[in-house]
Amino acid sequence: MGHAFLAILKRDLTLALRHRSELANPLVFFVVVVSLFPLALGPEQDILTRVAPGILWVAALLAATLAMDGMFRSDFEDGSLEQLLLSPHPPSVLVLAKILAHWLATGLPLILISPLLALFLHLPGDALGVLLATLALGTPTLSLVGAIGVALTVGLRRGGLLLTLLVLPLYVPVLIFAAGAVDNAAAGFPVAGQLYFLAAVLVLAATLAPLATAASLRISLG
Amino acid sequence: MFLWFHKLGSPKNFYRLSQVLTPWLGAVTAALLVVGTYWGLVVAPPDYQQGDSYRIIFVHVPAAWMSMFVYMVMAAAAAIVLIWRMKVAEAVMRASAPLGASFTFLALVTGSLWGKPMWGTYWVWDARLTSELILLFLYLGFIALQNAVEDRRTAARAGAILALVGVVNIPIIHYSVEWWSTLHQGPTVTKFDAPSITLDMLLPLLVMAVAFTLYYATVVLMRARCEILEAESSSSWVRELAAKREH
Amino acid sequence: MQEFLYMGGYYAFVWPSYGLALLVLLINLVIPRWRERRTLRRLARENRRTRRSA
Repeated sequence: MGHAFLAILKRDLTLALRHRSELANPLVFFVVVVSLFPLALGPEQDILTRVAPGILWVAALLAATLAMDGMFRSDFEDGSLEQLLLSPHPPSVLVLAKILAHWLATGLPLILISPLLALFLHLPGDALGVLLATLALGTPTLSLVGAIGVALTVGLRRGGLLLTLLVLPLYVPVLIFAAGAVDNAAAGFPVAGQLYFLAAVLVLAATLAPLATAASLRISLG
Repeated sequence: MFLWFHKLGSPKNFYRLSQVLTPWLGAVTAALLVVGTYWGLVVAPPDYQQGDSYRIIFVHVPAAWMSMFVYMVMAAAAAIVLIWRMKVAEAVMRASAPLGASFTFLALVTGSLWGKPMWGTYWVWDARLTSELILLFLYLGFIALQNAVEDRRTAARAGAILALVGVVNIPIIHYSVEWWSTLHQGPTVTKFDAPSITLDMLLPLLVMAVAFTLYYATVVLMRARCEILEAESSSSWVRELAAKREH
Repeated sequence: MQEFLYMGGYYAFVWPSYGLALLVLLINLVIPRWRERRTLRRLARENRRTRRSA
């Protein structure tokens, strides 16, 4: 079982690296969206600092959602998704491998570029560590919960737009606590509670989402 | 008991049962709505703080309660759909979503109308209204998914998973929004100050709550009947029904 | 009666609320009835067609 997990992980990462230009899309989206805000709000440092945590997190969330649709699409189109479900290994384990691979390819880059964007929005230095922590805890949760939505819509035409409508309400708790934590850190307040919440939600998602995703895939593939 | 449940599970029996029940449920609902409305608008005394504007609670609060209750029913039906694949459960689940969305919408608008004289603005991001808004999005997502999937039974099973994921999330969302709301409390108190509820206000409220619940029962049975008719349109009993109706 | 309609000055909030509630309740009542009738009519038409071609 661990073998199959690693095999899928390796395969998906290799495929993702082969289409490197596609990897850049959510990343560029993240950067562009963040850059729009000073243009819209004006370059005053005070204003940007005040709204930086919220903007960074909303932009990251949208970038992640944008990238979500690709999670199962290519495998659905060439039939390998069906093969996956037919394999003797528990489907939730294989699905977890795919989600992990997708997060490594789309979520992790967001985390890596976030310090630059924090600079763009004049996020106070104290808050940077917490920003990275919330992204590290939050973006995997987004991938896990998003996977359920992708699985439910993978067979549909215009599935991507519907996917957004389905998952965004589910993302609200992560957004509230993550942006709240960064906000607190910027003001010098404690953030342990928020980080514990994000960790707890991540664990819950990691446990339940693969099962729900596998069930959804089975339904979508008929 | 199990046999009764099994018989109820047959779409044909459910259709007949629904036809028998809905006139009675409807009549009781109408009576309770009239009584409750009269009680709330005329009999109940004005609030010493909010005057007559508080009377909105007699539609706002039952609508909000129903928005939650209907989702619970949807989730219960969803579980039955996934475990037992009961067609009747599929019909009830699909029928409930637009009703739940309607109640949520009503709760939001009446909440907003109640808020304007209280806070001076039509919209305030307080915990309750924000949670209701997110609940509306959950309902709309469910409805959108049902409309997007062509095969009715596949749509129901996919929707069932979505409904259950939603029901797990609802307490998390409530808690998060509650926390968020206390965190960002502005200098003016934006908390929804309900009037200190006395018995002569509570009673009409409960009557309206029961009325709304019976209304939901009536209309969901009617809607589910439609779902079943459409789902089973190729079966013989439906064909006979259509033929009989002609004459 | 005037006082009743005036609702202590809050008539612009109370009456639209109750009005909207009534509207929502009526719409959700009418839609299933119309839909059921329409489906049965459509099926009856299809019945006739298959009987004719049979």
